[in-house]
Amino acid sequence: MNLDMSQPALERTAPRLMRTEPLLTMRDVSRRFGEVEALRNVDVTVYPGEVMGIVGESGSGKSTLLRMMNLEDTPDSGDYRLQLPNREDGNLFDLARYDRRMLCARHIGIVYQNPHLGLLMRHSSSGNVAERLLVAGERSFDVLRGKAREALDASEFPLARMDARPIELSGGMQQRVQLAKAIALEPALLLLDEPTTGLDVSVQALVLDTLKRLQRDRRITMVLVSHDLGVIRTMADRVMVMRHGEVVEQGLADQVFQDPQHPYTQQLVHAKL
Amino acid sequence: MTSSTSLLRVEGLTKTFRMYHLDSMLHAFEGVSFDLHRGEFLLLRGHNGAGKSTLLRTIWRSYLPVGGHVWYQSEEGEIDLANAADVDIALLRRHEIGFVTQFLNARPRVAAQDIVAEPLRLAGYSAAEALEQARHWLDQFGVRPELWRAYPSTFSGGEQQKVNLARALILPQRLLLLDEPTASLDVGARAALVRRLSDLKSQGVAIIGVFHHPGDVAELIDREINLATRVVADQTESDEDVAV
Repeated sequence: MNLDMSQPALERTAPRLMRTEPLLTMRDVSRRFGEVEALRNVDVTVYPGEVMGIVGESGSGKSTLLRMMNLEDTPDSGDYRLQLPNREDGNLFDLARYDRRMLCARHIGIVYQNPHLGLLMRHSSSGNVAERLLVAGERSFDVLRGKAREALDASEFPLARMDARPIELSGGMQQRVQLAKAIALEPALLLLDEPTTGLDVSVQALVLDTLKRLQRDRRITMVLVSHDLGVIRTMADRVMVMRHGEVVEQGLADQVFQDPQHPYTQQLVHAKL
Repeated sequence: MTSSTSLLRVEGLTKTFRMYHLDSMLHAFEGVSFDLHRGEFLLLRGHNGAGKSTLLRTIWRSYLPVGGHVWYQSEEGEIDLANAADVDIALLRRHEIGFVTQFLNARPRVAAQDIVAEPLRLAGYSAAEALEQARHWLDQFGVRPELWRAYPSTFSGGEQQKVNLARALILPQRLLLLDEPTASLDVGARAALVRRLSDLKSQGVAIIGVFHHPGDVAELIDREINLATRVVADQTESDEDVAV
């Protein structure tokens, strides 16, 4: 079968009716690693309070894109803006390294698939959360411990174990510590890179439920990367489908799953068990 | 454009599915047009495969139309649902347009009462008030109190559907799309549904529905469209049929 994969099915460009402004806008982001074009002219718009799901096979560029959103890497070209209170608008990729780090610590939280990337495994769980607060300038021990406790509780981490080190915890508990660290400063944007991959299904359901509750109660905007279409379908309001570093389709989650427009998306949806 | 009194005006709506793996097209319906006013109940008729559910899903925008317009008079102004930005559709779904299917899309390990309360929480209600209303509607649809804190994924099809209806109808919307909501319901829950729909209709909610047994809601129907024959029949004023 020879399918025409060249025409992307992107978001409709009708004039907007509602007055909601995007929280995150990325335009024309490209990144090359040697011969490999990891991202090619990627556009992303994320609105306040929504969950944007990103799906695609391994190597499609979804995790690279998430690292760009977390300013861990900068592209060869492109523009990235966040609508944050009391901040001058500008291309975040142009910020100095220190400014990027401070902006991320204050306004962006991230949960990695591998907890080793997000946690200091030999520090206590509460210490890991407090570390994020320290970066943002908090110095009082009582405040640090209180806020760490609150974030761990919101992430449904058992408080009796808040002084345990992540290395002593199960995978699901480690993800909760990462989540607590990510939300400790009430970020404008929460990035989730395969947060439930590798967890057994019951723990996966608990983590997803916690995320959904946080989104509902705190209106945290989330970008969720997963290769698990079931997770994306459960969580996302809108979905982007990536392939070979490009966005081939984006739309409302139910539309992308029920009426996929691009041949690659149809293959992906039909292949789901 | 929408006339001054209509909430929804569907013009020449056409839906075709392109199936790449079969290298073929499937034509669901073509050139469907009708108006819907506030407080009006429109029944969609037609044999299996006539496109009734597909039409509902196209208005809801789970399916993307290939032609035509769906002019909707929202609280913010007029919008063409067929071509609107996804984010506008998402916001309208949260605040103005509801869709009820015969299946509950329950997240694992979420209690029935929390599933029902969720639309209220998203609309800004306090946790206590949302929970109180959720329990009220679960009770109205006949879900026993001992099940309120249980996970619906373990419920029978009929019990799941009651939870589904309680959730879908807890917030009055301006436009309600119903895709066979009475399937698998017992007599009591069916009566509760008709009461709720009647209430919503009298509050001005416009309703488009597909029913296996239209007799369930006969007293509510104002007009019907037969998608197989494209005939509109007015239930209230005359028996005269109008071709569309």
